[in-house]
Amino acid sequence: MDDPPISRGFLSRRTEQGPTNRIPPGQYVTRDFPVLSAGPTPQIRIEDWTFELQLDGSRLGKWTWAEFQALPQTTIKTDIHCVTKWSKLDTVWQGVSFDDLLKAVGLGDAPFAYIMAHSDGGYATNVPVADLVGGKGMIATLYDGAPIPPPHGGPARLLVPHLYFWKSAKWTRRLRFMEEDEKGFWESFGYHSHGDPWKEQRYDGD
Amino acid sequence: MTAIEPQAIQDRRLGWRRAKVRQVIVETSRVKSLLLDVAGWPGHLPGQHVDVRLTDKDGYQAQRSYSIASPAEESWVALTVERVENGEVSPYLVDEIRMDDQFELRGPIGGYFVWTAAMGGPLCLIAAGSGIAPLMAMLRHRDRQSAGVPSVLLYSARSIEDAIYGKELAAMARRDPDLRVVGALTRQQPEGWTGYRRRVDKSMLADACFPAARTPRIYVCGPTPFVEDVSSFLEELGHNASMIKTERFGPSGGPA
Repeated sequence: MDDPPISRGFLSRRTEQGPTNRIPPGQYVTRDFPVLSAGPTPQIRIEDWTFELQLDGSRLGKWTWAEFQALPQTTIKTDIHCVTKWSKLDTVWQGVSFDDLLKAVGLGDAPFAYIMAHSDGGYATNVPVADLVGGKGMIATLYDGAPIPPPHGGPARLLVPHLYFWKSAKWTRRLRFMEEDEKGFWESFGYHSHGDPWKEQRYDGD
Repeated sequence: MTAIEPQAIQDRRLGWRRAKVRQVIVETSRVKSLLLDVAGWPGHLPGQHVDVRLTDKDGYQAQRSYSIASPAEESWVALTVERVENGEVSPYLVDEIRMDDQFELRGPIGGYFVWTAAMGGPLCLIAAGSGIAPLMAMLRHRDRQSAGVPSVLLYSARSIEDAIYGKELAAMARRDPDLRVVGALTRQQPEGWTGYRRRVDKSMLADACFPAARTPRIYVCGPTPFVEDVSSFLEELGHNASMIKTERFGPSGGPA
């Protein structure tokens, strides 16, 4: 396409936007924490909650809530970026890193290069293992020092903050290793399979 | 019946297209609809949205998402935009933009919060405020298709002045025995108002919507607290979560 048309009378508010090196292209900073989900918020009691790592239909590990809390805990402060354009800076999360999950089941390396994260409510999203190891991904159970509210994915959500936030699946209950990459829920509706906000990988073909 | 193929979804690369304003419709004091001619528009499904990109004279760009309110049968695209106070994009689209102005747009986006007449019913649409926009695309499509799908719209607004598409909805319901439009005005009601005078609650949903036994397809759109409340009431009334599709927006949601 030729040069974009100038929007007559459009005044940017970029001065209010904060540090530009932390805001990916096309994003704006919000202080709110908007909610986006495809359906109703599942209500899960922690007494009923379990978390699993799976490979080829077999179980590598399974934890109850208490067992999961006993795993090594990691706290991170990070920026998050939603594909609907908002970014939120300096969010604080605590949970169990993907690295520590692998260690807990006695694995030095991941068996396959991709995972599918499965959630209550039927949601699923695909993430390369390379985007989870080395401290890049975790299963978070606390936001800002308190249990994650259910509309925001509590009791536990995947957190992969350097990818668009739909990859940080809410209400995550199991991670399934995959030999080949497959598409998750939003990915099968035209969203990008990887979702790197710095490359603006919003939709299929970006 | 016109076949609506999801060709848009198959289009691999969603490039930016030039949109030109062909008409501006004042809906309420805070809401306008922009009717756009979009170069090479591939068509869309009712419920899908677009990304809008504005560029200022220094090359700075801002993007936001807006639902499409027009039916898939039209060649043009209508966006219904509510002014968000202190927003960056919506005050421009509501207060500044005029006929023949241009900006960029890409889409259509999303394939889950979608309804076509071929999916059948019963259809239960529940909206608050400007959350009615994507549901209006479904109702307009349904109206063009004359498919006779039993449908209800439950629409919550603060006052009759804040209700969007009022006349068009009333006219649709008058000529269509299979469509029921139910209003809930939460703050102020005109004299002689016969609809609800409170926020949407469980008993209102039980009365206004189809019973769970009829397995209606349910679409809920509005601000997050509204969507959270309504969808949990619906589950309590026995509706299966997989039949309830939600889209959250408003000042604390996506579009600003």
